Amino acid sequence: MAHDTSFETRSHVQHEYDREQNAKYMKNQVTQFAIMIFLTLVAFAMTAAGYAPNFIRPLVLLLAGVQVVQQLYSFMHMEDKTAPHIGIVQFFIWSGALIAFTFFVAFTTIIWW
Amino acid sequence: MSSVAQKKGFGAQVWDFLTTVDHKKIAILYLASGTLFFAIAGFEAILMRIQLMVPNNDFMSAGLFNELLTMHGTTMLFLAATPIIFGFMNAIVPLQIGARDVAFPFLNSLGFWMFFFGAVFLHLSFFLGGAPDAGWTSYASLSLYSPGHGIDFYVLGLQISGAGTLISGLNFIVTIITMRAPGMTYMRMPLFTWTTLVSSSLILFAFPPLTVGLFLMLVDRMFGANFFDHTMGGNTIVWEHLFWIFGHPEVYILVLPAFGLFSEIIPVFARKRLFGYSSMVFATILIGFLGFMVWAHHMFTTGMGATANAIFAVATMAIAVPTGMKVFNWILTIWGGSIKVTVPMLYALAFIPSFVAGGVTGVMQATAPLDYQLHDSYFIVAHFHYVIVGGIVTALFGSAHFYWPIIFNRALSEKLGVLTFWVFFIGFHLTFFLQHFLGLMGMPRRVFTYMADQGWDAFNMISTIGAIMMGVGVVLLVINVLLSIKSPPVNRRDYWGDGRSLEWALETPLPFYNFKQTPLVRGFDPYWIEKEEGNEEGMVYAEPLGDIHMPNNSIIPLGMTIGTFIAAFGALYSPWGDQAIAGTADSLSKAGSLTLLIGGLGITVACMIIRSVKDDLGYHVTKAEVEQTERALAEFRAKGGKR
Repeated sequence: MAHDTSFETRSHVQHEYDREQNAKYMKNQVTQFAIMIFLTLVAFAMTAAGYAPNFIRPLVLLLAGVQVVQQLYSFMHMEDKTAPHIGIVQFFIWSGALIAFTFFVAFTTIIWW
Repeated sequence: MSSVAQKKGFGAQVWDFLTTVDHKKIAILYLASGTLFFAIAGFEAILMRIQLMVPNNDFMSAGLFNELLTMHGTTMLFLAATPIIFGFMNAIVPLQIGARDVAFPFLNSLGFWMFFFGAVFLHLSFFLGGAPDAGWTSYASLSLYSPGHGIDFYVLGLQISGAGTLISGLNFIVTIITMRAPGMTYMRMPLFTWTTLVSSSLILFAFPPLTVGLFLMLVDRMFGANFFDHTMGGNTIVWEHLFWIFGHPEVYILVLPAFGLFSEIIPVFARKRLFGYSSMVFATILIGFLGFMVWAHHMFTTGMGATANAIFAVATMAIAVPTGMKVFNWILTIWGGSIKVTVPMLYALAFIPSFVAGGVTGVMQATAPLDYQLHDSYFIVAHFHYVIVGGIVTALFGSAHFYWPIIFNRALSEKLGVLTFWVFFIGFHLTFFLQHFLGLMGMPRRVFTYMADQGWDAFNMISTIGAIMMGVGVVLLVINVLLSIKSPPVNRRDYWGDGRSLEWALETPLPFYNFKQTPLVRGFDPYWIEKEEGNEEGMVYAEPLGDIHMPNNSIIPLGMTIGTFIAAFGALYSPWGDQAIAGTADSLSKAGSLTLLIGGLGITVACMIIRSVKDDLGYHVTKAEVEQTERALAEFRAKGGKR
């Protein structure tokens, strides 16, 4: 129930352990964020350098795909193995992605207009 | 406390149904309104068949025929089959998994009212200047140029009722994943629960493309956009893709729960465990996946090119494999069983050959070169009616007989049921079997009349006679339902005597909280296991008797829906639409249209804000109240169900 506030007493060891875990977690988030910024920079740099469009397009799409996965796993908590029904969540997200990808591939390759 | 043992006034009853969040009552609402729209759409079909009975008939105009064929298809799929299936899901799934309600009772109510008001909105078109007339697929090349408001009613009505279906689908996914009783693992779930889960997931993935398509159509027709107008740089084929990316999974959304219902009926009356349970589950999931990979087989003749046609043809044929697995499993469940041929079993036995016939013609059409011959002919009409009537309608009629005792604590008459079955079944084959040959002889679908002496006359006459027999069958079923009101209550558990899953372990009439204690599931077919071990109560419990947390009733879902209903009129009478500017459709002033739009959506948003701000935590039924309700129910049953 939402109106039942629960209190929890934590030992000193537990407190230290939590702090350490939180620090690790924060470090991971910052690293992921830095990687995302770097990937975005790479995308912009490629365009600015004026490579052939047929080279840039698939590469930028690939980088975008990597960023989506990073977003899902590090910032939207899909990496959290202990979350309730996380397997189902992953299954649904990846099946949705697979279905959408099928449409994408079908429209860009075999359906000619 | 018990809603059964206490008699209420009429006004209180109506208020109760308007505000209810109880899955059992919402099931009744779904069944009743689904039956209403089923009757309307069936009546439209009979009118069309009367027009086609003889060549050169002038029973109705071509325009009215187009409106009837559009409304027949749209109503049957969106507003009859879908709600009746949702009715059974609501009534049965929480009982099968040992839950006291669905995960989001408020959304359950919202989903129903959205569906209902969308349906009412669509049907108002008959009284407000003409129904939609571009077929249930409403191809943009046709519908963008349809004068009047018909297509606008289609777009807005389906947008609202589609939102309702999406909400209900999400609700069932969460319910089945999170609300299962202890011990009810995934691989112990009854097949109807499994198919509900897969079909709800298909709703989750398939309805957004429809919503997008309808929204683009909405702004195209009512606000002057040009997404599908090729003269303005749009692409009319995109609608067809969006529609079929939704439309093909929609077929499986409807037929998978029907498969599930038969997988419940057949083991009970063959008195054998369902053959190949795990392969049934696997086949259900596989059909769900493949259903998304085949949409373009509806568009072989639009000229997508040979590669696309070949790939989609092969993908389509692949679906026959998991479907075939299911058919063999049903046959092997019946094989060697001690078969009781009751009305539900009759429907199940009739379903297998009828559905296989529809499936075989489906594989024929999947052959792209042959499809060029069959496309837009009566062969297609025959095919999808074999699948939908032979597969889905038989499931709905059979399950009505099967589950009536649980839902209403009354039984439908077996004798009248057998008569209904034969009239309906013979009528069905008379109507549609010959249409295969009409199609092969070249009769196109969606024509309002035809010339004499092309060899089509006799077959069309027989087809119409069959359609009238189907109509008589439906009337007999409705009479059966009405008679059941006055029949004695059944007041027992396991009405058919051979129930296997958890819903049969409950004694009717059900208390509003379903299970006084959450059951503990000890294996597949839990009630069968308990019966084998001589457990009189039908289940073992996972918890001691205690307080039960239940949701509060709410009128807010109805308010939200009425808001969207009003806003839909604002969009409908928009002065910015192509037809309004051309003067072929009446419209309001800019201020009038905007007032309705903003005011309507304002009501919806206001209801959402009220819902968000006002905490509604439900209430607790105390242990004493539960005991008292159980006593009252026992007394009620002992007195034979008289108040």
